[in-house]
Amino acid sequence: MIPPAFEYHRPQDVASAVQILAEQGDEARCLAGGHSLIPMMKLRMAAVEHLVDLQDIAEMQGITTESGTIRIGAMVTQHELITSDALASAAPIIREAALQIADPQVRYMGTVGGNVANGDPGNDMPGLMQALDATFHLHGPDGARDVAAREFFEAAYMTAREDEEILTAITFAPHAKGYAYEKQKRKIGDYATAAAAVLIEKDGMVAGNATVAMTNLSDTPVFSEAAGAALTGTSCDAHAMKAAIDAMLNDIDPTEDNRGPVEFKRHVAGVILSRAISRAWDRA
Amino acid sequence: MNDMSPTREERVEKLKGLGSSRKRVEDARFTQGKGNYVDDVKLPGMLHGDFVRSPYAHARVKSINIDAAMALPGVIAVLTAKDLEPLSLHWMPTLAGDKQMVLADGKVLFQGQEVAFVVAEDRYIAADACELVEVDYEELPVIVDPFEALESDTVLREDLEAGADGAHGPRKHHNHIFLWEEGEKEATEQVIDSAEVVAEEMVYYHRTHPCPLETCGSVASMDKVNGKLTLWGTFQAPHVVRTVASLLSGIEEHNIRVISPDIGGGFGNKVGVYPGYVCSIVASIVTGQPVKWIEDRMDNLMATAFARDYWMKGKISATKEGKITGLHCHVTADHGAFDACADPTKFPAGFFHICTGSYDIPVAYVGVDGVYTNKAPGGVAYRCSFRVTEAAYFIERMIEVLAMELNMDAAELRRINFIKKDQFPYQSALGWEFDSGDYHTAWDKALDAVDYAGLRKEQEERVAAFKRGETRKLLGIGLTHFTEIVGAGPVKNCDILGMGMFDSCEIRIHPTGSAVARLGTISQGQGHATTFAQILASETGIPADSITIEEGDTDTAPYGLGTYGSRSTPVAGAATAMAGRKIRAKAQMIAAYLLEVHDNDLEWDVDRFVVKGAPERFKTMAEIAYAAYNQAIPGVEPGLEAVSYYDPPNMTYPFGAYVCVMEIDVDTGEHEIRQFYALDDCGTRINPMVIEGQVHGGLTEALAIAMGQEIAYDKLGNVKTGTLMDFFLPTAWETPNYTTDFTETPSPHHPIGAKGVGESPNVGGVPAFSNAVHDAFRAFGLRQSHMPHDHWRIWKTANDLGLHG
Repeated sequence: MIPPAFEYHRPQDVASAVQILAEQGDEARCLAGGHSLIPMMKLRMAAVEHLVDLQDIAEMQGITTESGTIRIGAMVTQHELITSDALASAAPIIREAALQIADPQVRYMGTVGGNVANGDPGNDMPGLMQALDATFHLHGPDGARDVAAREFFEAAYMTAREDEEILTAITFAPHAKGYAYEKQKRKIGDYATAAAAVLIEKDGMVAGNATVAMTNLSDTPVFSEAAGAALTGTSCDAHAMKAAIDAMLNDIDPTEDNRGPVEFKRHVAGVILSRAISRAWDRA
Repeated sequence: MNDMSPTREERVEKLKGLGSSRKRVEDARFTQGKGNYVDDVKLPGMLHGDFVRSPYAHARVKSINIDAAMALPGVIAVLTAKDLEPLSLHWMPTLAGDKQMVLADGKVLFQGQEVAFVVAEDRYIAADACELVEVDYEELPVIVDPFEALESDTVLREDLEAGADGAHGPRKHHNHIFLWEEGEKEATEQVIDSAEVVAEEMVYYHRTHPCPLETCGSVASMDKVNGKLTLWGTFQAPHVVRTVASLLSGIEEHNIRVISPDIGGGFGNKVGVYPGYVCSIVASIVTGQPVKWIEDRMDNLMATAFARDYWMKGKISATKEGKITGLHCHVTADHGAFDACADPTKFPAGFFHICTGSYDIPVAYVGVDGVYTNKAPGGVAYRCSFRVTEAAYFIERMIEVLAMELNMDAAELRRINFIKKDQFPYQSALGWEFDSGDYHTAWDKALDAVDYAGLRKEQEERVAAFKRGETRKLLGIGLTHFTEIVGAGPVKNCDILGMGMFDSCEIRIHPTGSAVARLGTISQGQGHATTFAQILASETGIPADSITIEEGDTDTAPYGLGTYGSRSTPVAGAATAMAGRKIRAKAQMIAAYLLEVHDNDLEWDVDRFVVKGAPERFKTMAEIAYAAYNQAIPGVEPGLEAVSYYDPPNMTYPFGAYVCVMEIDVDTGEHEIRQFYALDDCGTRINPMVIEGQVHGGLTEALAIAMGQEIAYDKLGNVKTGTLMDFFLPTAWETPNYTTDFTETPSPHHPIGAKGVGESPNVGGVPAFSNAVHDAFRAFGLRQSHMPHDHWRIWKTANDLGLHG
């Protein structure tokens, strides 16, 4: 559990960080909270010659809400997500989800940017950001570009981000009144056996726009458009719930691991989604 | 005339003797980060070792090329079996009469096995060099199933002579280690064959691991000038390590000093001798410099001693009224690649034959087949003495299964079969003499405390509501009444590598009335420095705060067999009391001289000898201690010291009654422990607060084992649970609240009546948690499901029972 030697960089701004990445190519990796990268380095599964620590970059910090847009700097920790009053009123689902990530010590270090940029299907934030229809802001040698969260994840640990790009911030609009993040895990510090992010906007007596995203049930987060559509126009009753679950089950593709066999995971995915829908509908 | 203040009550309070919830004296340094663990040992010129480990579970080692590793600057040596062979150290004896490779000799037999030992100037270089050692493997067929092992043509242990006896008798197959039997086989089978009711079940206690927070490690320092070897290490039995090190190395025992400093948890994992210890010693001898080896978490989980892995096939018979008539058990025991169990020599299955439990069973038989597989060696007592957890789990599951067969309440079935109070000392059908017990009192107290009748009523209503579709949660009531066997043990039948399992205490009283006592045991968190001082305080009248307890340094401590299997209080605690009594006997002579009376005219009172009938005439222990050093007393040697080596006449038999109330979500397999009540009877209670802490810790380990913790392998022998992401170690979040309670039935043969408590909660806790899971599904016909009861396994149980519609 000891990593090989590496060079340590600590740039002060995004431009300098991008420059290091451009110079070192795929031998460089960005360090945010380190909860995924450092264990991989210790296990010698990730060979990192140049470690680019992003913690001193001020422009990647902070949470702002302006003119209907919430911006979260990529280096904002999960602890900051939980304690932000602005987020609590504009996007309470963030707090609900962040509280289900590991334990306080992990959340003091773990960042929202690292959580999404690593492309680990076990992480909670990617699915949540897809439900929120968030935008990821990337900076690279050729300048800045935006990628929708729903377009970002390609496969396990594979994303739309190029090696020399840095994910610097996430923006999204305040979400629907009905929300829930439901997660089953074996223990503290574990990835989800299954997790569901659900947002429901009430339209009169029925559900209007509804979004559903699932975590750790495929090699990427799963934004299930069909599951959300199954709820729209319904009162989220048992019939609608079943339609949403069936739609979601068509979109996921879990694999067997120590958390259990595929059959179990599919069953639990349905249970977790139904609980998330119920809670979101109650709040809507 | 003496001053009569302080009062007797004040003196008793100041003593902090038996029964005082004195705060742990160790905690000041532990909570401030001032402990001194093996990894804190730093010596000038110290080198660092690391292992190249096998990625395969079974493979031939065709060649090892160390050139690239040796070429790395800072690498001092790379040891392989070839280097150890001239010293006859490429293999070493195990505690179980087998032998085990120190470094791979021609083949590897489990994933994580030590192949080469790299020694470098710092820990980082050692890790880098490990990657540069080129090992050419040829994969061989892997066997991870003990039943398959006994059928397979694949020979795992090619070093053993075919057909020759093993350490415990004949081997019936090349992958067989021993068959050990106890009890009356034919008579038992006869009773079961003709019984009115028989319940039969395969009870599997899965492989797990003690996983102490501090992993194993050692620092060896060979001083080539004076010929002395000093060895710091994570040793639960430092004196035995010294003896073994002397026998293996040829260094005379007086030239070896073994030091166990602070130890961050042992739970049996630190009883055995590991290749890392041997390699650090050899490397220090070869280089003339101190060599440190500290394993990481994955090394610890993959390669050091596991626990359990017992397949227990049981048959239990009874009358129609539920009176048990016989018990039959056959175990297939997966020992891994080498038989490296830590058991007394005569007992290759430890004390598994305590498996008649708390019940009066007239006839019984156990047979245990030990088997080699391609898994890590071990088989230690994870917070239990020698397979007692397996035994307790087995009988407590069989009782539940029998209750189903009889359609009877499991609490009542236990009650009508308990050994009665007036039957003690009780001879069990499998040869033990239970020293004392009062099971009915404890059982009734426990059932009253949880309102057992009310719980059963609530459960009945829950099942009805579940069937009506009103809830998806079931309620389980997990019962356990366990009987432990601890305090190994009488030298006549207990030894480790030939060393009798006595223990020892040596006391020196200083002139000003304080004291130091040294013992042959070693605390790994049990709080010996706190509790042994309390025993001495009550025996000698010196306040516990004025007594220093030292353990773990073989140059200063008297010989003892160490700390595991709840043996410290039953054995070393007894030695401490006996040594204290020798002090008091001499003190009485000194007091008589000082008070100018006959010895028999004095009586002991808390901290002093008082002239009978003249309470104002007395000498305190402090005054007596001073006199021992400054007065010439006719016929009495100066000084005030004593030593006692205690060979216990019998084991002790703590017991307890546990009830676990658990909610189970049949759709997700999640559980919630609503209530856990633990009544322990460990005889005389030395420090109630320390006992409560021990019970909380042991129950939490039991929770882990029952509900999620395992060492799992895939078919290729890859460890699937080699990190703490997949190996379940509970945090405060997963840990429920516990209610502790007690009865107090002193051991009749122990000097202070104490029995030991450290392992009880693990022994009794596992069946309580597991029985709660089974009980929740009893109404739907579940008889047996294997631990650990993690989410998907509980879900599978519900699914198999048709509860998902």
